[in-house]
Amino acid sequence: MSKPRVGVFVCHCGSNIGSIVDVPAVAAFATGLDNVVYAQEHKYMCSDPGQEMIRDAIKEHQLNRVVVASCSPLMHEPTFRKTCDEAGLNGYLFQMANLREQVSWVTEDKAAATEKAKVVVRAAVQRVADHTELHTTTKPCTPATLVIGGGVAGIEAALQLASSDTKVHLVEREPSIGGAMAKFDKTFPTLDCAACILTPKMVQAYTHPNITVHAYSEVVDLSGYVGNFQAKIHHKASYVNNEKCTGCGACLQKCPVKRVPHEWEQNLMNRRAIYTPFAQAVPNKPVIDAQHCTMLLKGKCGICAKVCEAGAIEYDQAPEGTYETIDIGNVIVATGMKTFDPTPMKALGYGRIPDVYTALEFERMCHASGPTEGHVVKKTNGVLTHGGAAPKAVALVHCVGSRDKNYNEHCSRVCCMYSLKYAHLIKEHVPGCEVYDFYIDMRCAGKGYEEFYNRLLREDVRFIRGKVAEVNNWAIYPEEEGRLVVRVEDTLVGTTRRIPVDMVVLATGLEPAEGAKALAQTLHMSCSNDGFYLERHPKLAPVSTATEGIFVAGCCQSPKDIPDSVAQGAAAAAQAIAMIKRGTVEIEPTTAHVLEELCSGCQICIPLCPYDAISRDEERRLAVIEPAKCKGCGTCVGACPSSALQQWGFDDKQIYAEIDGILANA
Amino acid sequence: MASFEPRIVAFLCNWCSYTGADLAGTSRKKYNANVVAIRVMCSGRVDPEFVFRAFEKGADGVLICGCHPGDCHYIDGNHKTAGRYPMVRNMLEQFGIDPKRFRLEWVSASEGDRYAQVVNETIETVRALGPLEWPKRLNESDTASPA
Amino acid sequence: MAEKLKIGIYWAASCGGCEIGILEIGDKLLDLIEVADLVFCPCILDFKYDDVRAMPDGYIDVCLFNGGIRNSENQEIAELLREKSKVMVAYGSCASEGGIPALGNLFSTDDLLKRAYTTETTDNPVGIIPGPGHSVEEGELHLPTVHDRVRRLSDVIDVDYFMPGCPPTEIQTWAVIQAVASGNLPPKGSKVGVGDKSVCDECDRERRGVKIKKFFRPHEIIAEDGWCLLEQGILCLGSATRSGCEARCIDANMPCRGCYGAAGESKDQGAAMLSAVGSMLAADSIEKAEEIVKSMVDPAGTTYRFGMAESMLVRHFPERGQG
Repeated sequence: MSKPRVGVFVCHCGSNIGSIVDVPAVAAFATGLDNVVYAQEHKYMCSDPGQEMIRDAIKEHQLNRVVVASCSPLMHEPTFRKTCDEAGLNGYLFQMANLREQVSWVTEDKAAATEKAKVVVRAAVQRVADHTELHTTTKPCTPATLVIGGGVAGIEAALQLASSDTKVHLVEREPSIGGAMAKFDKTFPTLDCAACILTPKMVQAYTHPNITVHAYSEVVDLSGYVGNFQAKIHHKASYVNNEKCTGCGACLQKCPVKRVPHEWEQNLMNRRAIYTPFAQAVPNKPVIDAQHCTMLLKGKCGICAKVCEAGAIEYDQAPEGTYETIDIGNVIVATGMKTFDPTPMKALGYGRIPDVYTALEFERMCHASGPTEGHVVKKTNGVLTHGGAAPKAVALVHCVGSRDKNYNEHCSRVCCMYSLKYAHLIKEHVPGCEVYDFYIDMRCAGKGYEEFYNRLLREDVRFIRGKVAEVNNWAIYPEEEGRLVVRVEDTLVGTTRRIPVDMVVLATGLEPAEGAKALAQTLHMSCSNDGFYLERHPKLAPVSTATEGIFVAGCCQSPKDIPDSVAQGAAAAAQAIAMIKRGTVEIEPTTAHVLEELCSGCQICIPLCPYDAISRDEERRLAVIEPAKCKGCGTCVGACPSSALQQWGFDDKQIYAEIDGILANA
Repeated sequence: MASFEPRIVAFLCNWCSYTGADLAGTSRKKYNANVVAIRVMCSGRVDPEFVFRAFEKGADGVLICGCHPGDCHYIDGNHKTAGRYPMVRNMLEQFGIDPKRFRLEWVSASEGDRYAQVVNETIETVRALGPLEWPKRLNESDTASPA
Repeated sequence: MAEKLKIGIYWAASCGGCEIGILEIGDKLLDLIEVADLVFCPCILDFKYDDVRAMPDGYIDVCLFNGGIRNSENQEIAELLREKSKVMVAYGSCASEGGIPALGNLFSTDDLLKRAYTTETTDNPVGIIPGPGHSVEEGELHLPTVHDRVRRLSDVIDVDYFMPGCPPTEIQTWAVIQAVASGNLPPKGSKVGVGDKSVCDECDRERRGVKIKKFFRPHEIIAEDGWCLLEQGILCLGSATRSGCEARCIDANMPCRGCYGAAGESKDQGAAMLSAVGSMLAADSIEKAEEIVKSMVDPAGTTYRFGMAESMLVRHFPERGQG
């Protein structure tokens, strides 16, 4: 191999690097390093003129190695690799030195920053001399997408994908798709009926020829690589044959087990052991809850099977369900969120004092098919029914479990708006009812949101700025007898207040869904500190993740309202469609390989590979690596006691060179 | 000792700790300039030989950062890192090298704060231990002291 | 008749096992005597250093130098023999990589001498520690000075070939002698008398992909036949050790101790072994790994049993301000 001719390009990045690191000094320093034949600085290396400069220098100075000292490789490595390729130099004969994220942005002392920058550049120059030409592999992309989660974001993604003639597998763990939005009564700010706008989409998704809905199912494994994934889906046992079931509902009416708390209704109502979550469920096929079905538990009853004319009840289904493996090219995760459980916030009285409700409970109360048939009423003898007494005053408490160091630091974004919505609904359902809205801030940033707030200001809602300290039922004054008391500091007036009400609705915040972390581990996705899924870049790549081929949409990425969830669903679909339309994926070449003359077949590496990429050639007593399965982690390389395994782009020699370069004048 | 600036080499895994280190930068967290990072795809790539070589070439401290167990982008590469770590530490101790100079920490992609904290802590720990003077190994014929 | 090959065999800091190893070629000794003369071998024949000094340079065709460089005499004779030999072979693990004596490198010479001469197994009521010089009425007595650490032969002189093994097997010894006799030698600086791979290549035990939950010293358990010793928790260095010995130790149900030195392109046998073993633990956290590693006795001494003189790590003495 010819002697390395290294070109070093040091970027100011405007003032991001240049104001802390003495860029000209670093460039001058680079000129003096072994193998460096050219060094230059630029204000914005990633800009067109900057890249032009690199391309020109490669040609003019016959560079066969390039170092760009600028931002993080996670930012621009692909950019500069392409620049080299365009100039006829293989993009892997290139190394980046991170002078921004890990030098100029984190170092206060300018002299120390400049010295560190020189060290980082020297290490990159020494390393790149040992780089070899590498080429990506092109593989076909399976023209199918897996959408995990059938809420509004997932449905939107599925519909967009389907309309591009991409095959979609929509997996939903509840018996019906619809997600959180299906539980809502009205949606802000238009007060559209949630079911009215959602159910047509649900039906469209279910009946679309390109979409296969796997309801009451979960994804339990994902293997393979981008463009060529295999997903294992667990179909839970419903004990109902969906092909035969006509959705007549006879079983729902005859099941004798009537008092199972209905989770979908926030446990404010009961359901039967055989049930559909709600009337407009899609698919409209019931499931049998094996924990409560007398037939499945004791072998007695069987009434639903008797009344089922279609013969769709199958008590003999395997209780562990069935498994199916599907081939897909990419995945969109739209698994939504759950709401905060305010039980630990003892001062607010949830679960202890009657008529303190979470947002979703109140949502169901307002809903015509909910526990009170849409009447806003207090509980009677601890039970919520439509005959209850109407409240004379309702308190809406913002920021429950949000913006709170003790629980969740984030703002859940939708609670101000839905509290305003409830204020309006209460006024509508109970004319003359007082509504007190206790807020810290009023966040109405969406389209039509501020206008909605203004409307509520004119609807006689009493807005009090203060964080509610306590909800109790200890009357001190006569007007508080038999009622709830909200204690709050009214910050605009400057005094604490006791406000008697009959009902409190807590604006419970949004949290990662149940099982979010486990799913992240199954899919090898990262979570942010708050537990929501981590996007590739908070500004520029909100729907993709660090894992190629896996996208996120909706509340699973961060709390958001319906318009944003729909937008993200469509955005994720667009990215998935782009990949499928291209038809191929480029696989990174930084895989491990075996130096056969050194491998003695000790087999230490084989069980280490999580992807089963290494196998044993019995005849030659050697390890063999299947490059398509290798994801390039390098763990086997780190383990090999003969140094017989090496990783393209991260081999021992290159890393030694980098270590030596860092410590060269130690 | 006041002027001793330790030289520390850090091995960071691409998906979690290198990203976390970048986040420390994006968030403008400050840490001292003594740590220079080498990016590997997974902390499982870090061969104990890298650690020995870093010390041999003049590092006063070595830091490895990987994903929290369970979160490894490659499923369990970090388990192997965890397995090697106590052995390497014990080995260093047997050679009289203070094991506090070698540290393994789990830093996730969203833990920019934590990365800065780990770096600063490591620098101060190593600073307190002083420079790692590496004895000459070859062509040395020191004689034993007489009885 | 062709001139006979002149062979020298010298022992520095060694145990005598290499001389026995050479004798192990058995009846091939008779073939050897046909073509070679032993011109210097203090172990079995009466030669003096002055005899060597009197030889012309390059007189010895091949010198099989075994033993590490522990003291000034070892170094002096090594340098002398280098002058007088055409081909210098570092014979055996001690000369090649330091061997067992190099385990002393983990301690200061002071500590070594004190341990040898004043502890419980030595009857030395007055507590005398030998030194390099001593006066008696007849004059001055001198002993070679003990160096601060054991070094490899190649650390003090230019070595042509390295033959690791403790001792090298007789098959390998005979092969090298034949190669020397025929002039068919590999490039200077090569390891000779070794295979290309690691001992695992010669071992018949099967691997099951089992993770290690605990380590055992060879006497603590009865190892299952036919199953890889390392997977059973016995620290067998075979995967990090050069092949060529036919895995004799393992066939005898003892774990490989690594005497043939590092395998493949690995630069440090101890690091190579830690790379491999550390990856095999049944641990998914640092805490679990620490628990398992508690049962790993003396990692440095075990993994650098023969190669301490060429380990990347060097012993630091805190009392000298190191570490």
